[in-house]
Amino acid sequence: MQKSLHIDPDKCTGCLQCELACSHVNEGVFNPAKSRIKVFNFHDQGRMVPYTCTQCDEAWCMQACPVDAITLDAETGAKVVSDALCVGCKVCTIACPFGTVNYNASTGKVIKCDLCGGDPECAKACPTAAITYVDANWTGLDRMRQWAAKTDAGAQAEA
Amino acid sequence: MQHVIVGAGPAGVVAAETLRKGDRAADIVLIGDEPEPPYSRMAIPYVLEGMIEQSGTYLRKAQGHYEDLGIQYRQGRAEALAAADGTLTLEGGEAVSYDRLLIATGATPLSPPVPGLDLPGVHNCWTLADCREIAALLGDDANVVLIGAGFIGCIIMEALAKRCGTLSVVEMEDRMVSRMMDATAGGMLERWCAAKDIRVLTSARVTAIEAAKGAGGDKAVVLDSGERLDAHLVVLAVGVAPNIGFLEGSGIRTDHGVLVNEHLESSAAGVFAAGDVAQGLDFSTGEYSVHAIQPTATEHGRIAALNMLGRRAHYKGSLNMNVLATVGLVSSSFGSWEGVAGGDSGVAVDEDAFKYLRLEFEGDHLVGALGLGLTDHVGVIRGLIQNRTALAEWKEKLLENPHRVMEAYVAHSQT
Amino acid sequence: MAWARNVLRVNLTEGTCKNEPLNMDWAQKYLGQRGLATKYLVEETDPKVDPLSPDNKMIMTTGPLTGTCASTAGRYSVVTKGALTGAIACSNSGGFFGNEMKNAGYDMIIFEGRAPEPVYLLVENENARLIDASEYWGKSVWDTEEGIKAKHQDPLIRVASIGVAGEKGVKFACVVNDMHRAAGRSGVGTVMGSKNLKAVAIRGTLGVSVEDVGAFMQATADGKQTLADNPVTGQGLPAFGTQVLMNVINEVGALPTRNHRDVQFDGAKNISAEAMAEPRADGKPNLVTNAACFGCTIACGRISTVERTHYTVAERPQYQIASGGLEYEAAWALGAATGVDDLDALTFANFICNEQGIDPISFGATVGAAMELYEEGAIGDEQTGGLEVRFGSAEALTQLAEQCGQGEGFGAEVGLGSKLLCEKYGKPELSMSVKGQEFPAYDSRGIQGMGLAYATANRGACHLRAYTVSSEILGVPEKTDPHVTEGKAGLVKAFQDATSAVDSTGLCVFTTFAWSLDDIAPQVNAACEGDWTAERLLEVGERIWNLERQYNTAAGFTGKDDTLPARLLKDAAKTGPAEGLTNGLDKMLPEYYEVRGWTADGVPSNETVERLAL
Repeated sequence: MQKSLHIDPDKCTGCLQCELACSHVNEGVFNPAKSRIKVFNFHDQGRMVPYTCTQCDEAWCMQACPVDAITLDAETGAKVVSDALCVGCKVCTIACPFGTVNYNASTGKVIKCDLCGGDPECAKACPTAAITYVDANWTGLDRMRQWAAKTDAGAQAEA
Repeated sequence: MQHVIVGAGPAGVVAAETLRKGDRAADIVLIGDEPEPPYSRMAIPYVLEGMIEQSGTYLRKAQGHYEDLGIQYRQGRAEALAAADGTLTLEGGEAVSYDRLLIATGATPLSPPVPGLDLPGVHNCWTLADCREIAALLGDDANVVLIGAGFIGCIIMEALAKRCGTLSVVEMEDRMVSRMMDATAGGMLERWCAAKDIRVLTSARVTAIEAAKGAGGDKAVVLDSGERLDAHLVVLAVGVAPNIGFLEGSGIRTDHGVLVNEHLESSAAGVFAAGDVAQGLDFSTGEYSVHAIQPTATEHGRIAALNMLGRRAHYKGSLNMNVLATVGLVSSSFGSWEGVAGGDSGVAVDEDAFKYLRLEFEGDHLVGALGLGLTDHVGVIRGLIQNRTALAEWKEKLLENPHRVMEAYVAHSQT
Repeated sequence: MAWARNVLRVNLTEGTCKNEPLNMDWAQKYLGQRGLATKYLVEETDPKVDPLSPDNKMIMTTGPLTGTCASTAGRYSVVTKGALTGAIACSNSGGFFGNEMKNAGYDMIIFEGRAPEPVYLLVENENARLIDASEYWGKSVWDTEEGIKAKHQDPLIRVASIGVAGEKGVKFACVVNDMHRAAGRSGVGTVMGSKNLKAVAIRGTLGVSVEDVGAFMQATADGKQTLADNPVTGQGLPAFGTQVLMNVINEVGALPTRNHRDVQFDGAKNISAEAMAEPRADGKPNLVTNAACFGCTIACGRISTVERTHYTVAERPQYQIASGGLEYEAAWALGAATGVDDLDALTFANFICNEQGIDPISFGATVGAAMELYEEGAIGDEQTGGLEVRFGSAEALTQLAEQCGQGEGFGAEVGLGSKLLCEKYGKPELSMSVKGQEFPAYDSRGIQGMGLAYATANRGACHLRAYTVSSEILGVPEKTDPHVTEGKAGLVKAFQDATSAVDSTGLCVFTTFAWSLDDIAPQVNAACEGDWTAERLLEVGERIWNLERQYNTAAGFTGKDDTLPARLLKDAAKTGPAEGLTNGLDKMLPEYYEVRGWTADGVPSNETVERLAL
């Protein structure tokens, strides 16, 4: 059974431990600015929302990459950027309708969540279980997927 | 079933792969007209810059990718099409018959109407072959004149600037990248380039390129102002046009490109078109336009292939969008970035910091955007536009501070 | 590693921003944040300086752990000579500003001089510049923060700013970051205002690294587990926040009420954590959620709303939002100290304190003093502009909050702080303060050790210099009897030294409900160069305490200033378990000097100075 990140914003306290863990494992330093998961703080509503790539089936980023630098990890379902192949053209950053692929100017490559190869650090670091890594059919990702389908320029026709 | 795809760019390759995924048995022929494996023109600037090898531009990296999928990849250039009897004729006279044809022939660079284009050291920057020629002429002492500061001109500017003596850019329009930037953004870009010692001349027209040996090069680019720019190398980047010449007499309806319907099918049954050559539905305007961009090419390729397989996939139209780095300054544009009648704009400008964001609304929907210096979460602009998200109270917030666009998106998608 | 090894020195007079290397010898002796910045201040300024003169300096400082994944490691402090006290001031804040400063590559930012015109500092990693702040001068913290983020087109810029109160010289103005986290006490915002510095805006994207990553991840993971397993940090604080204390402290008869006339407040239950969770008429409680500061796995912060029909906000939609809600100290000062038990009025007053950058403790306590002045007839409508400043008046509280926030009307006089206000109207004995700073929320008649902690706290009356409440009431790390003076000298010293060390790490002192220095040392040791044991941290803490004391001595403070208002020493508690008790400071203080190794006048002896290598 494939797993995915399940995010429950009601449990999030906005501590950013997920961003710390993500930047640590991916960049080797504690640097929330380079985290693949971001917590949005809606201050005047008292609402904190962690947000990252859902590894959507449509894989806009992967489809749009002109040099095959984003590939599917068959085991985890993650769409993974190869630093060796990415040329930094940024097409994926505008193609992803969820805004979860970012350009990292200091490396000249793009960055996105790769599920840490199947053991996501953000979920492990979350002190309140607002981020968990669970069986995919548990995640209620439907909401996100509906959103994805609406963005689809026609892909609801089964491929 | 015999599927023929003419053109081996991203649209053609994605179509071939989609066909194979949908039909294990079909014959799939992919025809390219260059002597390399299918590659991405988008990546050429990075070869020129020396960041990647030529193989880094290849659309698929795995050895034997096409063979393994049973896709016959071959060289050839379309010369004529007889849609009535399902035959494509290649240069040299070979006839290729098909049950379904995908026209994915892309585009060809335009030439400015001036004398001297045939001089040595005057090149387009369109193919890997062009790239090799240009690279051979670059060097610390080379004076380079780039004609055209559109998308392609800008994207190769960094590579040229890094590997030449002086770089001058001549642009006919009153600003850089006029097709994806307004005057504010174009002006900032021009100042940015100037700060990097790149001379940009806008509203300037080239009248001729002349052979003229001198200290500054072996030719001169003559401008309508009378000024002469000495050059060792002249790079042309004045735009491209869809490759539809071979369709003359085929009866297939064309305008700027091949006109296609919501199934990406042309006026001839069984003949489809995708990518830079196709003039398809524009999401923003509801009209038919050529969107020569990577995401449209791959979407077209996929949807066209689904229809070639007989699955009636509808295409909702492509959103015109672009992202570009001009000597390091990232710009992006989406949809109706120039705004729509009766719409509202949310604008943030910081000239000194080279930061700019302009959001365009129709009612409480986002319909277009233009950004400079924006690298985080830009894709949500596409999402919000293409979902026609009703922004409700967030519209006011975005008019006040357009940079809260990601928050607006998260607020709407994570409720 | 851990330290960025970099100081940004901003000369406001000259308009210059320069980088310099951090003094690593001092870092090894004073660790960071509170200790290290105090060392810089001591070395660079004259302790006799007028706090509001350009010759005073203001240092924003992180600790070595700030910006790492250690739990709570987002703290920064503002160190300067306090405007309220004239003593060393070190005010610590959470939120996200400290992390941003470290990520921009700075251990500290030293502000010198005074800008000729209002400015703000914008720091984007190595790029730091002063920018004209005229468009923000006269604006609130909230508007300034939003304005700067919009102007510089980056929602992730973190801003620390002063409100109008700090501009107008309210003595207990604070520096507020992230809308509602504050370096709150001693008037550090007043100093910032005197420098014509409206805000510091930072975006840092460089990253923070540590010395031994493997050991650090293990030590911090252990630390987080300990916090999660502890009933206070794992359950009490996340669920109820610091407000968990309101009913507890009231029950033990140590809740100072109506300017310390009483030690129990009959309205306590109406302003407690439990009350905040109670659904109101609209079906929703005051409390919206708990919220964490950077990296904090406790998340004690409160996010609250004022009921929309409440008189304070009914006509003002801008306050019909969720924002930083009542923490215990604020709830006490705005409520018990003034006799007001209207939870919405308190929440609103707290919003105003955040919005305009005033310390709710000193503000509420001073309003309490003003109420007593009013009821005693020392001031009247002539001074208050017709406002009836009586105990229990929510109207008086909220109006004075708005006036004080703007530095106008009678609110401007409240903004003097209770000491100057009460002196001005001939009743100095009504100021419930030490060294000019108002008490926080624990009555030292019912918690004896706190009397000594207050009397000797280097920044004036403060609960965060030695929180013996932890031992005397909560039994952490071990229970002591709150009604006796025996053993309290040693207890206070131990708490003072340990807290000084914790305040120098970048961690939050609330971790010490669960962590001892034995839990903290491995985290510091893994992050920093050098060998950091619990013993060494304690020694660093003691060194810092003595350095602060030396500064105050040089500033003119003597043992005579280590005292409490007569009300606490002479008027016995009237009710509750501590009924009949006064604070026995005279029994504790000499012993304290002795265990400190200070002279009978309260000056660190030569021996002590030498032992601590000061």
